[in-house]
Parts: sequence; C-alpha cells; structure tokens
Amino acid sequence: MELASSLSVNEQRNIDDRLEAYPTELPMSTISTTIVEPSQWELQANHPSERVPLVLGDNDFTTVTDTVTQLALRRTPPMWYVAMAISLSLLSVLLVTITYLLLTGVGVWGNNNTVSWGFPIVNFVFWVGIGHAGTLISAILFLLRQNWRTGINRFAEAMTIFAVVCAGLFPGIHVGRIWFAYWLAPYPNELAMWPQARSPLLWDVFAVSTYATVSLLFWYMGMIPDLATLRDRSTTRFKQLAYGVFALGWNGSNRHWLRFEKAYLLLAALATPLVLSVHSVVSFDFATSQVPGWHTTIFPPYFVAGAVFGGFAMVLVLSIPAREWFGLKDLITHRHIENMAKVMLGTGMIVAYAYSVEFFTAWYSQHHYEQFVFMNRPLGPYWWAFWLMVFCNVIAPQALWSTWVRKRVWVIFAIAVLVNVGMWFERFVIVVTSLHRDYLPSSWAMFSPTWVDLFMLLGSFGLFFTLFLLFCRFLPMVAMAEVKTVMPQAHGDHPPTRFDYQPSPDTPEELRRGHWFT
Amino acid sequence: MSIDLNACIGCSGCVVACQAENNIPVVGKANVAVNREMHWLRIDRYYKGDIQSPDVVHQPMACAHCENAPCEQVCPVAATVHDSEGLNSMVYNRCIGTRYCANNCPYKVRRFNYFDYQASDPRTPAKPWVGLPDQQQPKEVSTLKKMVHNPEVTVRMRGVMEKCTYCVQRIVDARIRAKNENAQGLRESDLVAEGEVQTACQATCPTQAIVFGDLNDPESAVSKARQNARSYEVLAGNNLGARTTYLGKIRNRET
Repeated sequence: MELASSLSVNEQRNIDDRLEAYPTELPMSTISTTIVEPSQWELQANHPSERVPLVLGDNDFTTVTDTVTQLALRRTPPMWYVAMAISLSLLSVLLVTITYLLLTGVGVWGNNNTVSWGFPIVNFVFWVGIGHAGTLISAILFLLRQNWRTGINRFAEAMTIFAVVCAGLFPGIHVGRIWFAYWLAPYPNELAMWPQARSPLLWDVFAVSTYATVSLLFWYMGMIPDLATLRDRSTTRFKQLAYGVFALGWNGSNRHWLRFEKAYLLLAALATPLVLSVHSVVSFDFATSQVPGWHTTIFPPYFVAGAVFGGFAMVLVLSIPAREWFGLKDLITHRHIENMAKVMLGTGMIVAYAYSVEFFTAWYSQHHYEQFVFMNRPLGPYWWAFWLMVFCNVIAPQALWSTWVRKRVWVIFAIAVLVNVGMWFERFVIVVTSLHRDYLPSSWAMFSPTWVDLFMLLGSFGLFFTLFLLFCRFLPMVAMAEVKTVMPQAHGDHPPTRFDYQPSPDTPEELRRGHWFT
Repeated sequence: MSIDLNACIGCSGCVVACQAENNIPVVGKANVAVNREMHWLRIDRYYKGDIQSPDVVHQPMACAHCENAPCEQVCPVAATVHDSEGLNSMVYNRCIGTRYCANNCPYKVRRFNYFDYQASDPRTPAKPWVGLPDQQQPKEVSTLKKMVHNPEVTVRMRGVMEKCTYCVQRIVDARIRAKNENAQGLRESDLVAEGEVQTACQATCPTQAIVFGDLNDPESAVSKARQNARSYEVLAGNNLGARTTYLGKIRNRET
C-alpha cells in the first residue's frame, strides 16, 4: 500500500481491478498444483509483472503428449475427409489449368506485351511472403528466447514449407518454354553456358531454393523427438515403421538431446539471415529493374516487413480455427494469438510507412515518370486495387490497438483474412500498375486476368490446404518436446503432480525400449 | 540507325516491310485486342495543339540496341547479349521466356510469342497445341505460311522473345559477300562498305527517313546524322546509350 499510495486514483483503480481479476493464490507458490483454467487467463491484458503461463489447463507432460499424439494417431475424423475432398478438388483445378497451360502456351493468361508479368508473379511473391512467418517464429524468436513461440512454431514452419512449395511452382510454370526451365540451374554442359549472374531472377532461384532447403531441414529436424513419440505410441506395425524411419532411431538419450539442441541452435542461426535475405532478393526482381514504381531502394526492408506481416496473418488464419477444432486451446493460448496480432500490427505499421515513403520519394525525386506512377496508382484505372490494399493492410490492422478487439479471436481472424487479401493486392499493385503505364504512352495497356489466371490462384490454395491437411492428420501439430520445456514442471522449482519422465517401466521390455523418455 | 522525324510521314511502310522480312507472325484479332501484336517496329504518334487539327509527330520505334541494355542485365540465361559488332542479339535457342527483358525495356519494343503463332491459324489463336514441344522450332508451320517466309530468318516457336535485329541476316549476307569478293580479288577490303547493308525498313521508306550504317566510320551517313544538332536519344535520362537516335521534327510556324 506504501507504493500504491503514491499512485494516482486511476492507476490505483487499475491495480485493484487486476488484483480482483486474477486468482489471488495463483502465482508462483501453487502454480503446478492449481488447475489453471483458460478462462482465468484468456481475457486478461498482459502485464509485465505477472508472467502468464504458456500452457493452460490441468496439463502436465503426459497430457501434452496425449493431446498432440492422439490427433495424429486417432481414427481419421469424417470432417477431415470432407476438408480433404474440397482441397483435392481445388488441387485438381490447379493440375488441369497447368496441363492446359503446358499444351497451349503462356498466352492462356492475361499477360501482354506491356504487362509481361501478371498473376503468376503476383502469386509467387504472395506465397513466398506467406512463407516467412514460419522461419521467423522458429529461428529468430528462438534466438531471442521468446518462449511463447513453442506453441505455434511447428504449425508456422509447416505453413512455411507448404507456402514455399506453392511459391516455387509459379516461376517454374511461368516461363515460356517450361521444358527448358532447368537452364536456370548452373550445371556443367557441352556449351559451357552458365546462367547470367547479373539477373535478379537467378538470385531468386538460389535464394528461394536455399530457403526451402533450410526451412525443410529445420522443420524436420525439430520434429524428430516428436516423431519418436508418435513411433512409440503407434499401435500398428505400419505406423511404427513409418514414424520409426523418420525418427532416425531417436531414443531420447542425453547424448541425443545434446546433439539435437546444438544442431537446432546452429540451424536457427543459419536460418535467421535467410528470413531477411529471401524476400530482399525477391524484391530485387523489382528494385534492380528500371521500371518506375519498381526501381526503389526501400523495397528490400519493405518486402521483408510485408512478408512477416502477411505470414503472421496466415498463421493466425490457420491456427485460430485449428486450436478450436483440434482442442489445442491450452497449448495455443489466447496469449499466442494476441502476440501474433501484435506482431501483425507492428509489421503492418512498417508496411504503412513504406507505402507513404514511396509517395514522398516520388514527389521528392522530381522524377517525372516516378511521379506519374504514384499518381496513377491511387487515381488511375486500378484505383480500386490500390485502395483495397490500403484498406486491408493499413486501416484494418489499426483495430488491433484496441484491447477489446484483441480479446476476440474471431475479430483477429477476420482482420488476418483481410490482411492476406491486402497483401495479395499489394503485389498486384506493384506488378501490374507499375508495368501497365510506364515510359512511352504508346505502349500503355490494361491487364485483365483470364479464367486460367483466376483458377490457378484458386488452385494454389488447393495445393496449400491439401499439404496442410496431410500435416494436420499425420504429423505432430504442436512441438511437444519444446512445449514441455516451457512448462513449470520442466524447471524443477515445484515437483509436478503427474510426471511421466520417471523411469517406472511396467515391463523389462519397456525399460529396454526406453519409450518413457519421449 | 538514325531516323529523321522531319522526313517521316507515318505511312507504316516500314512496319509492313519489317513484318515481311522477318517472318513476324500475324496474331489475329483476339490477340491484338489484348496487346499481343508482334510488330518489331511500330509507329508512335504524338499530338500537340488544337484537338481538331493537332500537330502530329510520327516516330518509328524499334529496338534501339542500347549499349547499356537493360534487357541484357536481367536475362537469367543470357539469351540476349551484345555481339562483337554492337548488336543487341536475341538468341532464340537460349531463350526460356521469363519475359523479364520485356518488362525492363523502357521502349517496350520486345515481343513475346504467347502462342505458337506460326503453327496455328490466327483466327483460332488459343487452339491447344498438343504434343511434346520440339526443341527449337515450331512443330508445324502451315504450308501456306512456308511459302511466305523469308528463308534467311529463323521462324520462332512459342515461348520465345523476339525483337528488331537491325536485319542481322542482311548484315551477315553483306559481310559474307565482302569476304568472298575480297578473297577473289574483286575488292580491296573485306569490310562491308557504307551503303552495302540496307535494313528492310530503310529500303522501304519512301522519304528515306531511315539511315543505317557503321557508327565507327565517321564518314558514314549515320555518323553524320548523329552530328546533326537535331539528333537526340529517346529517354536519354535512363543512360541507355541507344544506337537508334532520332532527328527531331522542326516546324516552320508563322510568327
């Protein structure tokens, strides 16, 4: 009360409200024995002095393992088949349109002499951007010791891989002679012809393929202990074999963990620069060209911020329904959702800044063509795309300043959907509105997408969701081993009530297999 | 190349000559409607003054073979490169069709084969093109078109970028003839002399607005045209080093 007396009336009231709202006996002394009901924590504002637990509910190591493994090992729920059927039909739309494209020529799209890049490149940049949040969460937040990442990192990394798969598809099918796309790779040949190293498209090939490789490695390596858990909990021989092969003989020994954590740290350090480099290099496709509206030095940081912005929006779009449907609310808590919303708000502000600085630069440069492009975007024939982008990416996320909004996950979900739409349109605005009216007015032209353009965009979501549904069905959706490290039971201050790490095997066979370690 | 805008009357003879010389496909109404015409040479028009009777400038616009060509820097497979004579060459065999060069061309003079125009009837441009693609050539060229084609010029398949070559086939032809005649003692030098190469557009131009020749020869017509005070480069601010320059149009007005 000594401290409180020096506070203003309002602050005192705030503190009183907080004390009332929180369970009085909760912190520290009883944390491991009290059941932490989600409702107690869900709707509270975060306060620096009170550390909100990262795992809610009556959870200990066993229940975390139970929750996650049963999602992979249970009988397939009927709804999964329904969702898979929808995704597969969208995927088949993609396959049909690609076949039609291969047989006919890239003229099936709306691209023309003036707008030589259209939907495929827009889609490519969109999907690469989506694929950024995963590695940011898994690598950068890991190095920064942001422990809350453990609940969502597996999810986000999976999303990254699948988004990069969708992204990698588009530049491949975008070229005019697809059967020669391998010429982009540097390989010794009888002509002694190498790719042309000054082209940003070539840098792209290396940046995206490196990113895909490291993300995949990181994702898979982080999953090995959890795959071993699934192996040990599998009841059929086939599942034991399948998970066993990918678990690489993991048995949870100290030596394994030591090497695992070292490798994880190293891969995190390796992946961290990639988070920044990939989208910087993608932005070079535009920034190093001389098209007004593309030739902008702000592009690399602007693209990276936009990618994280869009990536977090996609993680939210996927994780909000998933925690609901799969009963993961104790592991992916409201706090996770709120943190991601805050990252989205922060990166959204960077993106908004970049939008406005582009206009300032155009005005300040006194560059005639640059100025025209930036008048043409908001006021020209594609004004609707520009203002849709501004509404979705700049105005809509401002709602996240409000605690009222952040307490309502479905409002956050709606904003995240808007942000994804807005980020697609951002790339559309960059690619199409810059090209369609550049230097010589005689070459000005409009771009309109054909049905193939639209169905391919739709179909790429089919590919994405098909992969994601397979992941949700067969792989551990939450990084069990990592989540356990942030639970109070892992820190030894308080003896846990239920702790299955004690070697109390029922049979000598179990003792030999050592399954309890996982 | 130098083009005198004072002389140009915008008759489009050069456009047709180029199309006939270089086997440029006719793409059909549907593709023209979506800006996919294949003309390597086009005539830009600029208007000034009263809308009822404006002053008009016609400007034939084709690849300017920039010294510092933006298209060359962005091609990932080096399909468009400079040759030893300073031409900006398009290597059809190497092109995979990323279309990045077309985006980065400030004159927008590059043309892309969105379909297999040479094999298909232009009235049905989107006809599916079944069968595995040949390596370098259109699978099938219609028999009628075969008779129209210039045998000196490659027929491009779908998925390949193309643009003005300064009629490279005529340059090569003149070079071969000069070498042969020199070897036979019929001339003193194996170098192509001034006036020996005429591009198709130049040969057709009724007002002789187009001059083409060796920029290294200070006595050539094109070098002299470049010395003219009216000579200018389109979009000079982009540091392109365009090899096609124009002689600005001058009007005699009542003062």
